[in-house]
Amino acid sequence: MLVQKFTQQSARRLLANPPTLSRFAPPAAIAANRIRLQTRPAAFAPSSSPIQTTPAKPSDAYSILAAQRLQRPISPHLSIYKPQLTWYLSALNRITGCALSGGFYIFGAAYLASPLLGWHLESATMAEWFGGLGAVTKGGIKMAVALPFAFHSWNGVRHLVWDTGRELSNRQVVVTGYIVMGLTVVSSGYLAFFV
Amino acid sequence: MAALRTSTSRLLACSRSPALRPPITARNYATVDPLAKLGESMSSTQPPVPPNKTSTVEEPQKTQDARTKTFHIYRWSPDTPTEKPKMQSYTLDLNKTGPMVLDALIRIKNEVDPTLTFRRSCREGICGSCAMNIDGVNTLACLCRIPTNTSHESRIYPLPHTYVVKDLVPDLTQFYKQYKSIKPFLQRDTKSPDGKEHRQSPADRKKLDGLYECILCACCSTSCPSYWWNSEEYLGPAVLLQSYRWLADSRDERKAERKAALDNNMSLYRCHTILNCSRTCPKGLNPGKAIQEIKKAMATT
Repeated sequence: MLVQKFTQQSARRLLANPPTLSRFAPPAAIAANRIRLQTRPAAFAPSSSPIQTTPAKPSDAYSILAAQRLQRPISPHLSIYKPQLTWYLSALNRITGCALSGGFYIFGAAYLASPLLGWHLESATMAEWFGGLGAVTKGGIKMAVALPFAFHSWNGVRHLVWDTGRELSNRQVVVTGYIVMGLTVVSSGYLAFFV
Repeated sequence: MAALRTSTSRLLACSRSPALRPPITARNYATVDPLAKLGESMSSTQPPVPPNKTSTVEEPQKTQDARTKTFHIYRWSPDTPTEKPKMQSYTLDLNKTGPMVLDALIRIKNEVDPTLTFRRSCREGICGSCAMNIDGVNTLACLCRIPTNTSHESRIYPLPHTYVVKDLVPDLTQFYKQYKSIKPFLQRDTKSPDGKEHRQSPADRKKLDGLYECILCACCSTSCPSYWWNSEEYLGPAVLLQSYRWLADSRDERKAERKAALDNNMSLYRCHTILNCSRTCPKGLNPGKAIQEIKKAMATT
Protein backbone atom coordinates (compact mmCIF):
# COMPACT_ATOMS: atom_id res chain seq x y z
CA MET A 1 0.00 0.00 0.00
CA LEU A 2 2.69 2.44 1.11
CA VAL A 3 4.97 1.53 -1.78
CA GLN A 4 2.14 2.05 -4.22
CA LYS A 5 1.38 5.47 -2.81
CA PHE A 6 5.02 6.49 -2.90
CA THR A 7 5.39 5.46 -6.54
CA GLN A 8 2.25 7.31 -7.44
CA GLN A 9 3.47 10.50 -5.76
CA SER A 10 6.86 10.32 -7.43
CA ALA A 11 5.26 9.77 -10.81
CA ARG A 12 3.04 12.80 -10.27
CA ARG A 13 5.95 14.96 -9.23
CA LEU A 14 7.98 13.91 -12.25
CA LEU A 15 5.06 14.70 -14.51
CA ALA A 16 4.64 18.13 -12.98
CA ASN A 17 8.36 19.02 -13.05
CA PRO A 18 10.12 17.08 -15.77
CA PRO A 19 13.78 16.79 -14.81
CA THR A 20 16.06 19.22 -16.63
CA LEU A 21 19.73 19.81 -16.23
CA SER A 22 19.11 23.22 -14.66
CA ARG A 23 17.58 21.53 -11.62
CA PHE A 24 20.99 20.18 -10.77
CA ALA A 25 22.86 23.44 -11.31
CA PRO A 26 22.68 24.84 -7.73
CA PRO A 27 23.82 21.64 -5.99
CA ALA A 28 26.55 21.24 -8.59
CA ALA A 29 27.71 24.82 -8.07
CA ILE A 30 27.84 24.31 -4.33
CA ALA A 31 29.71 21.06 -4.77
CA ALA A 32 32.22 22.71 -7.08
CA ASN A 33 32.59 25.65 -4.68
CA ARG A 34 31.59 28.05 -7.41
CA ILE A 35 28.58 29.56 -5.70
CA ARG A 36 28.47 33.35 -5.46
CA LEU A 37 26.82 34.61 -2.36
CA GLN A 38 24.41 37.53 -2.60
CA THR A 39 26.45 40.69 -2.61
CA ARG A 40 25.77 44.37 -2.36
CA PRO A 41 28.12 45.69 -5.03
CA ALA A 42 27.73 49.35 -4.07
CA ALA A 43 28.89 48.58 -0.53
CA PHE A 44 32.24 47.49 -1.89
CA ALA A 45 33.21 50.42 -4.01
CA PRO A 46 36.29 49.60 -6.03
CA SER A 47 39.30 51.49 -4.78
CA SER A 48 42.97 50.97 -5.45
CA SER A 49 44.10 51.58 -1.88
CA PRO A 50 42.62 50.01 1.27
CA ILE A 51 40.25 52.18 3.32
CA GLN A 52 42.08 54.59 5.60
CA THR A 53 40.92 54.74 9.19
CA THR A 54 41.87 57.07 12.02
CA PRO A 55 42.42 55.60 15.46
CA ALA A 56 39.98 56.80 18.16
CA LYS A 57 39.96 56.06 21.86
CA PRO A 58 36.69 55.17 23.63
CA SER A 59 37.13 58.36 25.66
CA ASP A 60 36.91 60.38 22.43
CA ALA A 61 33.32 59.25 21.96
CA TYR A 62 31.86 62.20 23.84
CA SER A 63 33.82 64.87 21.99
CA ILE A 64 33.03 63.27 18.62
CA LEU A 65 29.36 63.17 19.52
CA ALA A 66 29.37 66.78 20.76
CA ALA A 67 31.06 67.92 17.54
CA GLN A 68 28.49 66.03 15.49
CA ARG A 69 25.59 67.44 17.46
CA LEU A 70 26.67 70.99 16.77
CA GLN A 71 26.35 70.29 13.06
CA ARG A 72 23.03 68.48 13.07
CA PRO A 73 20.30 70.09 10.98
CA ILE A 74 16.74 70.37 12.23
CA SER A 75 14.41 68.31 10.10
CA PRO A 76 11.77 70.25 8.14
CA HIS A 77 8.45 70.69 9.95
CA LEU A 78 5.85 73.38 9.24
CA SER A 79 6.58 73.34 5.54
CA ILE A 80 6.29 69.61 4.99
CA TYR A 81 3.56 68.60 7.44
CA LYS A 82 0.38 67.73 5.62
CA PRO A 83 -2.30 70.44 5.78
CA GLN A 84 -4.97 69.03 8.07
CA LEU A 85 -8.11 70.43 9.58
CA THR A 86 -6.69 70.05 13.08
CA TRP A 87 -3.69 72.32 12.96
CA TYR A 88 -4.94 74.66 10.25
CA LEU A 89 -8.02 75.56 12.30
CA SER A 90 -5.85 75.92 15.40
CA ALA A 91 -3.52 78.31 13.54
CA LEU A 92 -6.52 80.20 12.18
CA ASN A 93 -7.94 80.47 15.69
CA ARG A 94 -4.76 82.10 16.89
CA ILE A 95 -4.42 84.39 13.86
CA THR A 96 -8.03 85.59 14.11
CA GLY A 97 -7.63 86.05 17.87
CA CYS A 98 -4.51 88.18 17.39
CA ALA A 99 -6.12 90.17 14.58
CA LEU A 100 -9.30 90.85 16.57
CA SER A 101 -7.62 91.79 19.83
CA GLY A 102 -4.87 93.70 18.00
CA GLY A 103 -7.47 95.65 16.05
CA PHE A 104 -9.39 96.31 19.26
CA TYR A 105 -6.30 97.63 21.07
CA ILE A 106 -5.20 99.76 18.11
CA PHE A 107 -8.64 101.30 17.72
CA GLY A 108 -8.98 101.80 21.49
CA ALA A 109 -5.60 103.55 21.69
CA ALA A 110 -6.39 105.68 18.65
CA TYR A 111 -9.76 106.64 20.15
CA LEU A 112 -8.06 107.69 23.40
CA ALA A 113 -5.43 109.70 21.55
CA SER A 114 -7.83 111.24 19.01
CA PRO A 115 -8.66 114.45 20.99
CA LEU A 116 -4.93 115.16 21.31
CA LEU A 117 -4.20 114.51 17.64
CA GLY A 118 -7.36 116.08 16.31
CA TRP A 119 -8.71 112.85 14.75
CA HIS A 120 -12.43 112.33 14.49
CA LEU A 121 -13.22 108.82 15.64
CA GLU A 122 -16.54 109.51 17.37
CA SER A 123 -19.42 107.19 16.55
CA ALA A 124 -21.35 109.87 14.68
CA THR A 125 -18.41 110.71 12.38
CA MET A 126 -17.66 107.02 11.78
CA ALA A 127 -21.30 106.27 10.95
CA GLU A 128 -21.43 109.20 8.54
CA TRP A 129 -18.26 108.05 6.80
CA PHE A 130 -19.46 104.47 6.59
CA GLY A 131 -22.89 105.55 5.29
CA GLY A 132 -21.23 107.36 2.41
CA LEU A 133 -19.56 104.18 1.09
CA GLY A 134 -20.90 102.00 -1.73
CA ALA A 135 -22.89 98.85 -0.97
CA VAL A 136 -20.11 96.51 -2.09
CA THR A 137 -17.43 98.27 -0.02
CA LYS A 138 -19.74 98.28 3.02
CA GLY A 139 -20.40 94.57 2.68
CA GLY A 140 -16.69 93.89 2.13
CA ILE A 141 -15.58 95.79 5.23
CA LYS A 142 -18.28 94.20 7.39
CA MET A 143 -17.40 90.74 6.07
CA ALA A 144 -13.68 91.31 6.78
CA VAL A 145 -14.50 91.99 10.43
CA ALA A 146 -17.38 89.50 10.76
CA LEU A 147 -15.48 86.48 9.40
CA PRO A 148 -12.66 86.41 11.99
CA PHE A 149 -15.09 87.39 14.74
CA ALA A 150 -17.54 84.62 13.92
CA PHE A 151 -14.83 82.01 13.45
CA HIS A 152 -13.05 82.87 16.68
CA SER A 153 -16.31 82.83 18.64
CA TRP A 154 -17.57 79.50 17.30
CA ASN A 155 -14.17 77.87 17.60
CA GLY A 156 -14.00 79.23 21.15
CA VAL A 157 -17.20 77.30 21.90
CA ARG A 158 -15.59 74.21 20.38
CA HIS A 159 -12.60 74.68 22.68
CA LEU A 160 -14.90 75.05 25.72
CA VAL A 161 -16.58 71.76 24.81
CA TRP A 162 -13.15 70.13 24.51
CA ASP A 163 -12.20 71.49 27.92
CA THR A 164 -14.92 69.30 29.41
CA GLY A 165 -13.26 66.25 27.83
CA ARG A 166 -15.90 65.71 25.17
CA GLU A 167 -15.83 65.53 21.34
CA LEU A 168 -12.15 64.57 21.27
CA SER A 169 -12.16 61.53 18.99
CA ASN A 170 -10.64 61.98 15.54
CA ARG A 171 -14.02 61.80 13.86
CA GLN A 172 -15.66 64.22 16.26
CA VAL A 173 -12.80 66.72 15.84
CA VAL A 174 -13.30 66.71 12.07
CA VAL A 175 -17.08 66.91 12.31
CA THR A 176 -17.04 69.79 14.82
CA GLY A 177 -14.41 71.52 12.67
CA TYR A 178 -16.75 71.50 9.68
CA ILE A 179 -19.68 72.59 11.84
CA VAL A 180 -17.62 75.57 13.03
CA MET A 181 -16.68 76.50 9.47
CA GLY A 182 -20.31 76.23 8.31
CA LEU A 183 -21.58 78.32 11.22
CA THR A 184 -18.83 80.88 10.55
CA VAL A 185 -19.85 81.38 6.93
CA VAL A 186 -23.56 81.56 7.70
CA SER A 187 -23.31 83.84 10.73
CA SER A 188 -20.73 86.21 9.23
CA GLY A 189 -22.86 86.43 6.08
CA TYR A 190 -25.78 87.38 8.28
CA LEU A 191 -23.72 89.95 10.21
CA ALA A 192 -22.32 91.47 7.02
CA PHE A 193 -25.45 91.73 4.91
CA PHE A 194 -28.50 91.66 7.20
CA VAL A 195 -27.48 93.63 10.28
CA MET B 1 -13.47 57.86 32.44
CA ALA B 2 -14.09 55.29 29.76
CA ALA B 3 -11.24 53.57 27.99
CA LEU B 4 -9.34 56.02 25.81
CA ARG B 5 -9.38 53.60 22.97
CA THR B 6 -12.82 52.56 21.81
CA SER B 7 -13.41 49.19 20.22
CA THR B 8 -14.21 50.83 16.89
CA SER B 9 -11.00 52.81 16.84
CA ARG B 10 -9.18 49.61 17.66
CA LEU B 11 -10.79 47.92 14.67
CA LEU B 12 -10.22 50.88 12.39
CA ALA B 13 -6.63 51.46 13.39
CA CYS B 14 -5.34 48.75 11.13
CA SER B 15 -7.90 48.88 8.35
CA ARG B 16 -8.02 52.35 6.97
CA SER B 17 -10.43 51.86 4.14
CA PRO B 18 -10.56 54.92 1.91
CA ALA B 19 -14.00 53.92 0.66
CA LEU B 20 -15.57 54.44 4.09
CA ARG B 21 -14.17 57.93 4.61
CA PRO B 22 -14.76 61.20 2.89
CA PRO B 23 -11.58 62.17 1.06
CA ILE B 24 -10.90 65.18 3.25
CA THR B 25 -10.71 63.14 6.46
CA ALA B 26 -8.89 60.21 4.92
CA ARG B 27 -5.20 59.95 5.61
CA ASN B 28 -3.87 60.38 2.20
CA TYR B 29 -0.67 58.46 1.72
CA ALA B 30 0.65 59.77 -1.54
CA THR B 31 0.25 63.42 -2.05
CA VAL B 32 2.74 66.08 -2.86
CA ASP B 33 0.67 69.08 -1.96
CA PRO B 34 1.38 72.27 -3.84
CA LEU B 35 1.40 73.86 -0.39
CA ALA B 36 4.08 71.47 0.85
CA LYS B 37 6.13 72.24 -2.24
CA LEU B 38 5.74 75.95 -1.68
CA GLY B 39 6.48 75.66 2.00
CA GLU B 40 9.53 73.53 1.37
CA SER B 41 11.03 76.26 -0.77
CA MET B 42 10.31 78.88 1.90
CA SER B 43 11.20 77.04 5.10
CA SER B 44 13.79 78.86 7.16
CA THR B 45 15.23 75.91 9.07
CA GLN B 46 17.61 73.88 6.94
CA PRO B 47 15.47 73.39 3.84
CA PRO B 48 16.70 70.35 1.93
CA VAL B 49 17.90 70.70 -1.63
CA PRO B 50 14.74 69.95 -3.64
CA PRO B 51 14.51 66.75 -5.69
CA ASN B 52 14.62 68.61 -8.99
CA LYS B 53 18.18 69.67 -8.19
CA THR B 54 19.41 66.18 -7.26
CA SER B 55 19.87 63.13 -9.43
CA THR B 56 17.51 60.17 -9.45
CA VAL B 57 18.72 56.70 -8.56
CA GLU B 58 16.97 54.30 -10.88
CA GLU B 59 15.49 50.86 -10.32
CA PRO B 60 18.38 48.38 -10.82
CA GLN B 61 16.85 46.10 -13.46
CA LYS B 62 13.84 47.44 -15.26
CA THR B 63 11.30 45.04 -16.72
CA GLN B 64 8.69 45.54 -19.41
CA ASP B 65 5.60 45.88 -17.24
CA ALA B 66 7.27 47.74 -14.36
CA ARG B 67 5.05 49.85 -12.09
CA THR B 68 7.67 52.48 -11.40
CA LYS B 69 7.12 54.77 -8.47
CA THR B 70 9.32 57.62 -7.33
CA PHE B 71 10.31 58.14 -3.71
CA HIS B 72 11.92 61.39 -2.57
CA ILE B 73 13.88 60.74 0.60
CA TYR B 74 15.55 63.24 2.94
CA ARG B 75 19.31 62.72 3.09
CA TRP B 76 21.94 64.23 5.34
CA SER B 77 25.18 62.66 6.46
CA PRO B 78 27.26 63.65 9.50
CA ASP B 79 30.37 62.66 7.51
CA THR B 80 29.87 65.70 5.30
CA PRO B 81 28.30 68.08 7.82
CA THR B 82 28.74 71.24 5.78
CA GLU B 83 26.67 69.86 2.93
CA LYS B 84 23.03 70.90 2.98
CA PRO B 85 20.42 68.19 3.50
CA LYS B 86 18.97 67.07 0.19
CA MET B 87 16.03 65.18 -1.20
CA GLN B 88 17.33 62.10 -2.99
CA SER B 89 14.99 60.51 -5.52
CA TYR B 90 14.74 56.77 -6.03
CA THR B 91 12.57 54.91 -8.50
CA LEU B 92 11.35 51.46 -7.60
CA ASP B 93 9.33 48.84 -9.45
CA LEU B 94 6.38 48.16 -7.17
CA ASN B 95 6.03 44.65 -8.64
CA LYS B 96 9.32 43.74 -6.98
CA THR B 97 8.71 45.65 -3.76
CA GLY B 98 6.73 44.59 -0.69
CA PRO B 99 3.50 46.39 0.17
CA MET B 100 4.75 48.69 2.93
CA VAL B 101 6.93 51.80 2.86
CA LEU B 102 9.44 49.98 5.07
CA ASP B 103 9.72 47.28 2.40
CA ALA B 104 10.55 50.00 -0.12
CA LEU B 105 13.21 51.50 2.18
CA ILE B 106 14.77 48.10 2.85
CA ARG B 107 14.77 47.33 -0.87
CA ILE B 108 16.47 50.65 -1.61
CA LYS B 109 19.09 49.91 1.04
CA ASN B 110 19.67 46.34 -0.15
CA GLU B 111 19.62 46.80 -3.89
CA VAL B 112 20.05 50.44 -4.78
CA ASP B 113 21.84 52.55 -2.21
CA PRO B 114 23.36 50.94 0.91
CA THR B 115 24.20 54.36 2.39
CA LEU B 116 20.52 55.11 3.10
CA THR B 117 20.08 55.10 6.87
CA PHE B 118 16.89 54.50 8.88
CA ARG B 119 15.84 52.73 12.05
CA ARG B 120 13.73 49.61 11.85
CA SER B 121 13.25 46.49 13.86
CA CYS B 122 10.02 44.58 14.26
CA ARG B 123 8.30 45.44 10.91
CA GLU B 124 4.90 45.00 12.59
CA GLY B 125 4.23 48.24 14.43
CA ILE B 126 5.25 47.15 17.90
CA CYS B 127 8.73 48.61 18.36
CA GLY B 128 8.17 52.12 17.01
CA SER B 129 11.64 52.36 15.49
CA CYS B 130 10.60 53.23 11.96
CA ALA B 131 8.59 56.35 12.87
CA MET B 132 9.02 58.95 10.12
CA ASN B 133 7.14 61.54 8.15
CA ILE B 134 5.65 59.88 5.08
CA ASP B 135 3.79 62.08 2.62
CA GLY B 136 3.46 64.78 5.22
CA VAL B 137 2.08 62.63 8.03
CA ASN B 138 4.04 61.06 10.88
CA THR B 139 3.55 57.32 10.93
CA LEU B 140 5.38 54.02 11.17
CA ALA B 141 6.89 53.00 7.83
CA CYS B 142 6.05 49.37 8.58
CA LEU B 143 2.33 50.10 8.97
CA CYS B 144 2.06 52.49 6.04
CA ARG B 145 1.14 51.00 2.69
CA ILE B 146 2.87 52.29 -0.41
CA PRO B 147 0.18 54.04 -2.40
CA THR B 148 -0.16 52.02 -5.58
CA ASN B 149 -0.87 55.13 -7.63
CA THR B 150 2.45 55.45 -9.44
CA SER B 151 1.78 58.95 -10.75
CA HIS B 152 2.04 60.29 -7.20
CA GLU B 153 5.54 60.74 -5.87
CA SER B 154 6.08 59.83 -2.22
CA ARG B 155 8.12 62.02 0.08
CA ILE B 156 9.79 60.66 3.18
CA TYR B 157 11.28 62.91 5.86
CA PRO B 158 12.58 62.22 9.37
CA LEU B 159 10.24 63.12 12.24
CA PRO B 160 9.60 66.88 11.99
CA HIS B 161 11.59 69.42 14.00
CA THR B 162 14.07 66.92 15.41
CA TYR B 163 17.84 67.02 15.19
CA VAL B 164 18.88 64.70 12.41
CA VAL B 165 21.53 62.12 13.28
CA LYS B 166 21.66 60.80 9.73
CA ASP B 167 19.12 60.60 6.89
CA LEU B 168 15.87 59.39 8.48
CA VAL B 169 17.30 58.86 11.98
CA PRO B 170 16.23 61.56 14.46
CA ASP B 171 17.90 62.32 17.78
CA LEU B 172 15.31 61.37 20.40
CA THR B 173 17.52 61.96 23.45
CA GLN B 174 15.37 64.84 24.69
CA PHE B 175 12.20 62.81 24.17
CA TYR B 176 13.53 59.92 26.28
CA LYS B 177 14.80 62.31 28.95
CA GLN B 178 11.33 63.81 29.20
CA TYR B 179 9.84 60.31 29.47
CA LYS B 180 12.24 59.55 32.31
CA SER B 181 11.29 62.80 34.03
CA ILE B 182 7.67 61.73 34.60
CA LYS B 183 8.83 58.66 36.55
CA PRO B 184 7.12 56.05 34.41
CA PHE B 185 6.86 53.39 37.08
CA LEU B 186 4.55 52.37 39.91
CA GLN B 187 5.20 54.38 43.07
CA ARG B 188 3.74 53.02 46.30
CA ASP B 189 4.49 53.43 49.98
CA THR B 190 2.18 50.74 51.34
CA LYS B 191 2.51 47.02 50.82
CA SER B 192 -0.43 44.98 49.59
CA PRO B 193 -2.31 43.36 52.54
CA ASP B 194 -1.35 39.78 51.67
CA GLY B 195 2.21 40.64 50.63
CA LYS B 196 1.52 39.51 47.05
CA GLU B 197 1.02 41.62 43.93
CA HIS B 198 -0.91 44.89 44.00
CA ARG B 199 -4.37 43.98 42.84
CA GLN B 200 -6.75 46.09 40.80
CA SER B 201 -10.42 45.70 39.95
CA PRO B 202 -11.34 44.94 36.31
CA ALA B 203 -12.96 48.38 36.13
CA ASP B 204 -9.75 50.09 37.27
CA ARG B 205 -7.73 47.99 34.86
CA LYS B 206 -10.01 49.08 32.04
CA LYS B 207 -9.01 52.71 32.67
CA LEU B 208 -5.53 51.87 31.40
CA ASP B 209 -6.78 50.67 28.01
CA GLY B 210 -5.70 53.13 25.36
CA LEU B 211 -2.79 54.25 27.54
CA TYR B 212 -0.55 51.24 28.05
CA GLU B 213 -0.47 50.37 24.32
CA CYS B 214 1.70 53.40 23.55
CA ILE B 215 5.01 52.30 22.00
CA LEU B 216 6.76 55.68 22.37
CA CYS B 217 7.45 56.06 18.67
CA ALA B 218 7.31 59.87 19.04
CA CYS B 219 5.01 60.27 16.03
CA CYS B 220 2.52 62.32 18.05
CA SER B 221 5.01 64.53 19.87
CA THR B 222 6.78 65.47 16.66
CA SER B 223 3.48 66.21 14.90
CA CYS B 224 2.60 68.81 17.54
CA PRO B 225 3.39 72.42 16.50
CA SER B 226 3.44 73.34 20.17
CA TYR B 227 6.11 70.73 20.77
CA TRP B 228 8.08 71.97 17.75
CA TRP B 229 8.44 75.42 19.29
CA ASN B 230 8.78 74.38 22.96
CA SER B 231 10.33 70.93 23.01
CA GLU B 232 12.81 72.02 25.68
CA GLU B 233 10.13 72.45 28.32
CA TYR B 234 6.78 71.22 27.03
CA LEU B 235 6.54 67.47 27.57
CA GLY B 236 4.59 66.71 24.41
CA PRO B 237 1.65 64.37 23.80
CA ALA B 238 3.45 61.02 24.06
CA VAL B 239 5.03 61.76 27.43
CA LEU B 240 1.82 63.32 28.75
CA LEU B 241 -0.14 60.24 27.66
CA GLN B 242 2.30 58.18 29.72
CA SER B 243 2.01 60.64 32.57
CA TYR B 244 -1.75 60.11 32.51
CA ARG B 245 -1.22 56.35 32.37
CA TRP B 246 0.27 56.59 35.89
CA LEU B 247 -2.23 59.19 37.07
CA ALA B 248 -5.07 56.90 36.01
CA ASP B 249 -3.56 53.82 37.66
CA SER B 250 -5.50 52.92 40.79
CA ARG B 251 -2.40 51.31 42.35
CA ASP B 252 -0.17 54.40 42.18
CA GLU B 253 0.04 56.39 45.43
CA ARG B 254 2.02 59.45 44.33
CA LYS B 255 -0.67 61.16 42.30
CA ALA B 256 -0.35 64.50 44.13
CA GLU B 257 3.39 64.52 43.51
CA ARG B 258 2.91 63.69 39.83
CA LYS B 259 0.36 66.47 39.45
CA ALA B 260 2.57 68.97 41.27
CA ALA B 261 5.36 68.23 38.79
CA LEU B 262 3.05 69.18 35.92
CA ASP B 263 1.68 72.29 37.65
CA ASN B 264 3.60 74.98 35.79
CA ASN B 265 2.87 76.85 32.61
CA MET B 266 5.20 74.84 30.36
CA SER B 267 5.08 71.08 31.08
CA LEU B 268 1.38 70.55 30.45
CA TYR B 269 -0.31 73.80 29.55
CA ARG B 270 1.56 74.37 26.28
CA CYS B 271 -1.04 71.99 24.87
CA HIS B 272 -3.48 74.15 22.90
CA THR B 273 -5.72 71.26 21.83
CA ILE B 274 -4.42 71.27 18.28
CA LEU B 275 -5.01 67.49 18.16
CA ASN B 276 -2.48 66.62 15.46
CA CYS B 277 -1.33 64.02 17.99
CA SER B 278 -4.49 61.93 18.00
CA ARG B 279 -4.85 62.33 14.26
CA THR B 280 -1.41 60.90 13.55
CA CYS B 281 -1.07 58.12 16.16
CA PRO B 282 -0.22 54.94 14.21
CA LYS B 283 -1.60 52.83 17.06
CA GLY B 284 -4.99 54.57 17.09
CA LEU B 285 -4.56 56.00 20.59
CA ASN B 286 -5.85 59.39 21.70
CA PRO B 287 -3.13 61.45 23.45
CA GLY B 288 -5.22 64.61 23.02
CA LYS B 289 -7.94 63.17 25.21
CA ALA B 290 -5.44 61.95 27.79
CA ILE B 291 -3.98 65.47 28.09
CA GLN B 292 -7.49 66.87 28.46
CA GLU B 293 -8.14 64.37 31.26
CA ILE B 294 -4.96 65.52 33.04
CA LYS B 295 -6.08 69.15 32.71
CA LYS B 296 -9.48 68.22 34.15
CA ALA B 297 -7.86 66.35 37.03
CA MET B 298 -5.57 69.33 37.71
CA ALA B 299 -8.54 71.71 37.73
CA THR B 300 -10.75 69.68 40.05
CA THR B 301 -8.32 68.84 42.83
